[in-house]
Amino acid sequence: MTQRIPVVERILSANDELAEENKSRLNAANVFAVNLMASPGAGKTSLIEQTLPRLAEKLRVAVVDGDIATSIDADRAAAAGAIVAVQVNTGGECHLDAVMLHQALGQIELATVDMLLVENVGNLVCPAEFRLGTHKSVLIASIPEGDDKPYKYPGMYRGVDALVINKIDLLPYINFKMDYFQRGVEALNPGLVTFPLSCSTGEGLDAWVHWILENVKRKA
Amino acid sequence: MPSMHELPVTQSILEIALKHAEKADAKRITDLHIVMGELSKLVDESIQFYWDMIAKDTIAEGANLHFRIVPAEFQCMACFEKYKPDSKEFSCPNCGAVGVKIVAGEEFSLEAIDVE
Repeated sequence: MTQRIPVVERILSANDELAEENKSRLNAANVFAVNLMASPGAGKTSLIEQTLPRLAEKLRVAVVDGDIATSIDADRAAAAGAIVAVQVNTGGECHLDAVMLHQALGQIELATVDMLLVENVGNLVCPAEFRLGTHKSVLIASIPEGDDKPYKYPGMYRGVDALVINKIDLLPYINFKMDYFQRGVEALNPGLVTFPLSCSTGEGLDAWVHWILENVKRKA
Repeated sequence: MPSMHELPVTQSILEIALKHAEKADAKRITDLHIVMGELSKLVDESIQFYWDMIAKDTIAEGANLHFRIVPAEFQCMACFEKYKPDSKEFSCPNCGAVGVKIVAGEEFSLEAIDVE
């Protein structure tokens, strides 16, 4: 005798619950956490390298780095001034999930930290589906990737709180239609706060750093 | 080759199904009904691939996976026209505005299981 049982449960509900737990833990320690997501090569680590020295006088920042196998990114973050840089090797998985962040948080003395930057694994499909429990999600797009990315990866553009457009110094050399790109973004995420910048020239970084500081202030 | 992110997703599906089957004192799970929005971008073939590996030696071994794909639907926030987004253009075909409410296409849940 076959019987149908209605379930109606979000498939990633277990992850979501643990993400909430991560968030409570961060809140209890008054740590502002940001999840940085992007495709490989968009400049996640470069942005962290440029951001940390600009925050050094004001905030104590910890970095959690998700990488499939290496510790190159965590090493770069430590060199740039992170007070602690935790490497999470995902063992082949293409995103961080709430369990991995939970374990990483266990390695950080949260009371000594004001802010946590989480560098997700380079990927435009999965990270958006797996909430971590951070306060803000930031997507880093970059000019060489092309202007069609919002149309190809709507889930990613949909769920973020801020958008960085990196490598704007390359605009003169690449056929990147900014209004086509921004129209796609605007459809999916109206009013999304956007930071066009270049990690090579430093242009636009001040606005990005200002946004972080404002958010930390608001949280404190 | 399936990408890796469907592995934890498939494990999650199995855990939810087993939990509900146990609650119902079921001996076996024969079918799973999964709802997936077009915008969720999770590929069903990969889930099937992992399913055959991880459901082995559980009461869900050999169960059939059924996917109901929900097409994306946008509603323009300027003129309130409902439309299906083109894969290369998201602006409203009626008035050209951008800024939409996503009415459908983001679902991702286990709807029901069939058990014996």
